[in-house]
Amino acid sequence: MGSWKAFVLIRLVRLALVLAGVAVVAFLLAKLSPVDPIDAYLGPDIARVGPEQRALIAQKWGMDQPAGVQFAKWFSSILTGDLGWSVTYNASVADVISERFRSSIVLMGLAWLFSGIIGFSLGIWAGANPGRWSDRIIRLYAYVLAATPTFWIAILLLIVFSVGLRWTPVCCAAPIGVLPEDVTLLQRLHHLLLPLAALSILGIAQIALHTRVKMIEIMQSDFVLYARAQGGTTLDIVLRHGVRNAALPAITVLFASLGELFGGSILAETVFSYPGLGSATIEAGLRGDVPLLLAITLMTTLFVSIGNTIADVLYHVADPRISSASETWREVSQ
Amino acid sequence: MSVLEIERLTVSFHRRDGLRRRITTDCVRDVSLAVARGEVLALFGASGAGKSLLAHAVMGLLPPNALAGGTMRFDGHVLDAPAQAALRGNRIALIPQSVGHLDPLATVGQQLRWAARRAGRPMTAPGAVAEALSRFDLAPAVAGTFPHTLSGGMARRVMLAMTMASGADLVLADEPSNGLDADNTARVFRCLKSFAEAGKAVIVISHDLPAALKIADRVVLLDRGQVVAEERADAFTSDGEALCAGYARSIWNALPQNGFSRACHEA
Repeated sequence: MGSWKAFVLIRLVRLALVLAGVAVVAFLLAKLSPVDPIDAYLGPDIARVGPEQRALIAQKWGMDQPAGVQFAKWFSSILTGDLGWSVTYNASVADVISERFRSSIVLMGLAWLFSGIIGFSLGIWAGANPGRWSDRIIRLYAYVLAATPTFWIAILLLIVFSVGLRWTPVCCAAPIGVLPEDVTLLQRLHHLLLPLAALSILGIAQIALHTRVKMIEIMQSDFVLYARAQGGTTLDIVLRHGVRNAALPAITVLFASLGELFGGSILAETVFSYPGLGSATIEAGLRGDVPLLLAITLMTTLFVSIGNTIADVLYHVADPRISSASETWREVSQ
Repeated sequence: MSVLEIERLTVSFHRRDGLRRRITTDCVRDVSLAVARGEVLALFGASGAGKSLLAHAVMGLLPPNALAGGTMRFDGHVLDAPAQAALRGNRIALIPQSVGHLDPLATVGQQLRWAARRAGRPMTAPGAVAEALSRFDLAPAVAGTFPHTLSGGMARRVMLAMTMASGADLVLADEPSNGLDADNTARVFRCLKSFAEAGKAVIVISHDLPAALKIADRVVLLDRGQVVAEERADAFTSDGEALCAGYARSIWNALPQNGFSRACHEA
């Protein structure tokens, strides 16, 4: 399987180039940002700090050097595996990310899973009955939600369930004032509920719409006509032919939408003050915490790229019409 | 006794023009025909003559904007929508035109088993699938392959095997020789003939008259949705004197063995 190796190699080289490109652009953007890291770090204490002290801090952080040198220093330390120090959290960037990632992965993973399962089911149902009431309701839901900003949904949920009904907590991943080791699983789930709902609701709409269109196309295909001619009932046809043929495009969309999931999680986590990667990103941006911001950016890029690659590969491996053709790998790797 | 009797079947399509006036187009008009057990009826006509539409009307698989009028009887009982739903697949079988009618993501063996189960005759015996395939000169390994790997002739034989597995009494073959070479065409038509010999009624829809004539007992000529002639097949294979209708006569003239003569011998 020489073509396999070539494919993986080309993908890796491309991934490295994308990461390097993102690193340069992200660094430039951070440098162009109006937020001055030293001002943000000092906060109100700025009045008590003289210019000499400022210069001292700048020197200590290496900010007195030209941007090119700063970038070279940062980039070479990234290559050795050192992500730097986060002044916002006063911890190493690697530690901050791994801790934040652990709480975010639960939120994003579950939201991803739910939007996949529920969205796919709704899409299948709507697409199997186009024009019927169930289809209209599902479509209305999907169109409205696909056009709704995440933060607005999040705030709405907060107003209704936390403030109005008082069913769910207003913020955070655990009750305030409780030591992390004393938090029960039930309490964690209780706090996870609303952010998860906000994030899932939007993912569902996208998957449902994609699946619906695919399903309508399948139900009008020749092989479904033949299945009807064989006496297959609609349920039989949907389960045997519909689900099978609609699954692959849906999974592809699901993997390709990882980027939107990250974007959504930043907004949802901020609204709910959920201590995940998303809120850390906002914090890093506002405080001018460049090492943390860049590391999160790179990690997100890596995550999304891998998701897209999986989507690509899956489509070509799982479809028997394509996987048997050796041209596939050349086509994919072009 | 006839298995299928069609009386004055009309299939029309409705659509609305820009002013929302209803426009009706008749695609099949006043077609009456019957086919008996053990008989092969060739339904012949140019593209767009309404042949496939007729088959879909019998199956009850017309598109939503099509309307069928007239009466159809199956085994003496009225063939209305509920009857069609009940008989589809187990008593009446359709052999579609191309490999595109097989699910691209399911193996041949799976689809054969589904067809059998839908007909109420599940293949439970261990070697049943291989045996069903071998009857149509298909190796047992074909069961594990996906439709895209099949040649046109093999795909047609797979669908013949699916039809056989359903145990239907009436078989509608839609363009069974489409895209096949002479050798494969002959093979498929032989299989259809064997269906008739086994006591099934077979309707072959084709625009390949020479091939269809080899197995047909009767020929129905369809032109622009209407039956223009109904003849015994040997009327075409003999000197053509028995053919009086203009369209039938001109088709006889166009048969290869009659020298493709365009000259008209109108009586």
